[in-house]
Amino acid sequence: MNLEGFLAQLLAVAAALAGAPLLSGWVNQCRAWLQNRRAPPITMPFRTLHKLFWKESVIAHDASPIFRVTPYIVFGCMLLACLIIPTLSTNLPLAPAADAIALVGLFGVARLFISLAAMDIGTSFGTLGARREMLVGFLAEPAFLMVVFTASLISSSTSLATTVSTLGHREFAILPSLAFAGLAFTMVSLAENARVPVDNPATHLELTMIHEALILEYSGRHLALIEWAASLKLFAYSCAGFAIFFPWGIAEASDSVAFLWALPALAAKLAVGGFALALIETILAKMRIFRVPEFLATAFLLGVLAILVHLLLGA
Amino acid sequence: MSPLTGQILNLFASVLLLIAFAMLAQRRIVTLINLFAIQGLALVGSTVTVAWATGQRHLYYSAGITLVLKVVILPFILHRLIRRLNVKWDIETLINIPTMMLVGIVLVVFAFNLALPISQFSQSIARGTLGIALACVLMSFLMMITRSKAVPQVIGFLAMENGLFFAATSATYGMPMVVELGIALDVLVGMIILGVFMFQIREQFDSLDIHHLEKLKED
Amino acid sequence: MEAFFVLLAIPLLGGPFLWLLGDRRSAPEVNAALSLATFAASAWLTAVVISGGPITAWNEQFFVDALNVFLVALTAFVGFTTSLFSRPYMRIEREKGKMTGPRLRLYHSMYQAFMFTMLLALTTNNMGILWVAMEAATLATVLLVSVYRTAASLEAAWKYFILCGVGIAQALFGTILLYFAAERVLGAEGNALLWTHLNLVKADLEPAIMSLAFVFLLVGYGTKIGLVPLHNWLPDAHAEGPTPISAVLSGLLLNVALYSVIRCKVLADGALESRFAGNMMMGFGLLSVVVAAFFLSRQRDVKRMFAYSSIEHMGLVTFAFGMGGPIANFAGLLHMTVHSLVKSAIFFAVGHAAQKAGTQLMEDIRGLIKVSPTVGWGLMIGTLAILGMPPFGVFASEFLILTTAMREHPWATPFLLLALGVAFAAVFSRVQPMVFGDTHIKPLPHQPALVPVFVHLGLGLLLGLYIPPYLAAWYAEAAKLLG
Repeated sequence: MNLEGFLAQLLAVAAALAGAPLLSGWVNQCRAWLQNRRAPPITMPFRTLHKLFWKESVIAHDASPIFRVTPYIVFGCMLLACLIIPTLSTNLPLAPAADAIALVGLFGVARLFISLAAMDIGTSFGTLGARREMLVGFLAEPAFLMVVFTASLISSSTSLATTVSTLGHREFAILPSLAFAGLAFTMVSLAENARVPVDNPATHLELTMIHEALILEYSGRHLALIEWAASLKLFAYSCAGFAIFFPWGIAEASDSVAFLWALPALAAKLAVGGFALALIETILAKMRIFRVPEFLATAFLLGVLAILVHLLLGA
Repeated sequence: MSPLTGQILNLFASVLLLIAFAMLAQRRIVTLINLFAIQGLALVGSTVTVAWATGQRHLYYSAGITLVLKVVILPFILHRLIRRLNVKWDIETLINIPTMMLVGIVLVVFAFNLALPISQFSQSIARGTLGIALACVLMSFLMMITRSKAVPQVIGFLAMENGLFFAATSATYGMPMVVELGIALDVLVGMIILGVFMFQIREQFDSLDIHHLEKLKED
Repeated sequence: MEAFFVLLAIPLLGGPFLWLLGDRRSAPEVNAALSLATFAASAWLTAVVISGGPITAWNEQFFVDALNVFLVALTAFVGFTTSLFSRPYMRIEREKGKMTGPRLRLYHSMYQAFMFTMLLALTTNNMGILWVAMEAATLATVLLVSVYRTAASLEAAWKYFILCGVGIAQALFGTILLYFAAERVLGAEGNALLWTHLNLVKADLEPAIMSLAFVFLLVGYGTKIGLVPLHNWLPDAHAEGPTPISAVLSGLLLNVALYSVIRCKVLADGALESRFAGNMMMGFGLLSVVVAAFFLSRQRDVKRMFAYSSIEHMGLVTFAFGMGGPIANFAGLLHMTVHSLVKSAIFFAVGHAAQKAGTQLMEDIRGLIKVSPTVGWGLMIGTLAILGMPPFGVFASEFLILTTAMREHPWATPFLLLALGVAFAAVFSRVQPMVFGDTHIKPLPHQPALVPVFVHLGLGLLLGLYIPPYLAAWYAEAAKLLG
């Protein structure tokens, strides 16, 4: 582990921790603009986090230790995910520790714990949310894996760092498989991050909510950690998407100049991606929960098509 | 043929495949017709690409015929037909849609394996296109047998013809002109006859549900 | 050259002419006259071919050799006699109110269009145009099947359209593959789909492509032949359409579809070292014979029953061509001819019988011999002929096919014998009471025109007793062509 790599890793942590709430704030801001509302400041998520951290954490009497440790586990998983995704540089000391499949596994662990915690208290909403979360996860994971496999097949490696450097350096070619995978990835991300066609992040007053139902019982610093973890998840998904589909601007190993450019490049990509997300959320209407499996099945199908197209056409 | 044209051809092939799946999953007739028109457009694109890459003039003509017939006239006739017949929805499919998708994937793999021994003889760079074309044909076939209404069945029939046309342009750079003209004429006449026919069915049954047409079973 | 032109031009122009003519009293006569003229042109063409050997025309786009010239003559002949039969038949249908003026107009013009597609399919040298003509044949007849506009006829026509459409699409894929194989040898010109050119280079065609192409072509055109399991449209279309259409579907369309397959088989055999194509045809043929025979016994509708009989016979012919060799091919060609003649004769008789009884259900048709002796005898003799009783031609061809099968493929013989036995029992036990049973129906006033029935049966008898030497030479030459 060289110093440069260590620095890069450190910077990636900082970028993730600071950038994730900013990204959420940016998305909310864009959405407000698009909906002709007055936008909250972009730092709003920080203020919320700050407020929550200073509040008392109320825990139900029958809560088991799982309920208490879940926020830390979820937060840890998401942070780790942000660390193994090459956000700024491919020269990450932690990157060889886990490949893209492990990334899917990390998200799975977080999902498992948050669902367990939701059922732990025994309220009907928590159980409902847990069931829906598992349904979404059960369908979204294979689709996500298909996307990952497509990228891995093209770059002949499941390591995200290698994928980025391979895809970033290949000469220009029209790859329909990547386009399909990108579409599938977008759909999976929307579902996994509880975004509009699947879930509405702006309200917890709907009977069909998923994410909010899971965390209804949390308060204070626990809630803060979970909210932070949620924004980290969005950040991680965005960065994973950029790493696979828009790998330009990510610094290579031992390239300090590129490293300087990586941060503004990431900021620019996140700004565009966040705006696109807000646009999607504004245009689309939330679908009925019964249609969600179909939505995710479509994503899975697109992922499979991407693999098929790559294997059959070599493109 | 340069690598780029091969890639563009592959792109059109994958678009066709995507549309074939989309058609399989689509419940609304209007969208189905639009998808058919887009499929025609992709076909025009691929034909023009092949024509440009190989410099065969007659392919431009057949692209023109496709454009007029399959992107303009047939969708127009179909739209008119469903407006006149007042059918907009086609909820029922005989198998549920996810199962159809899975069958569709199996069909793609099957078609590709079937076409594999032949694709190696193709002079074209885009070798997999024959398999894709066959997959489109088989999926349109699947769509025909799983839809219970008359109009989607007809669209499936036309989509199958599109797949065949793609096979012709991608594998062999198009059939002789006289044959293509004949095929286009057959498709057009067939469409008109089907239009007449649907009115007859409606007149007789007050519905376009093919379920009514199950009296003549073997006993 | 001129013969080609006249042969194709008459029905091509005849269709629009009859459409313009509309619903006149003279329309059936004009239809018959046009058919007669077509028949005359086919005779002319036959004479040219007999005297001068195979000919091609229009940049080799059309050609006639020993194989298709007798089919051209047969097609034009059956087309002519059917048009004769349809005059009184359609008149009665109109009196009963089942046909109206506009429907007759459609019927007459489409009849000519159908004849055109049949002749085009037979005479074209271009495998692509062959496909176009076969598809056009479906298009021309589909509205005729549904011409009565009853629920059942609409269903039959829809099935006919969709199944044949799907089937013929497979044939198109086969044709594309054929062109793909041919292009590698002949170059990407218009000639690459010409059968005469393909026939010359068939040994150089890529076997992998040709085997797949043949599978698709067989499945595609096999749907039109009515091979099991692609036969579902056939009984419905035969039973629900007007009887003249049933007659031409059975007598002509099935033959022409089979002709398309054997043309393809010649090419596939040349390209493939193995007997792949023949084995495929034998398999489909045998399956059709057996399945159709067992379905025969379950039918209640007389036209449906004879439609299944057509499937059975077409299966038999497919099996014969699948076996290959001079004798089996000879027998197959002979069987095509006599089946076409006898089956259309049966449909003529059945048409009259059903008209008199007012139903197509066999249990309600009784005592034809009392109601109308000519119809009764026509149906009885036709049935005996189609069941392969000596001395009719069907017996001769079936005998040849069976003996060849016994010698070369003994395993198939029990299936064939069983199927033929079952078919005999089923059909005869149904037709016997129809002809000789008790009835209360009084004889109808109008006399049906039974000349076509007896002309066809007479020819069928003739071919059983004595095949004219030039015809035999002709068959032998065609059989040699098929390998």
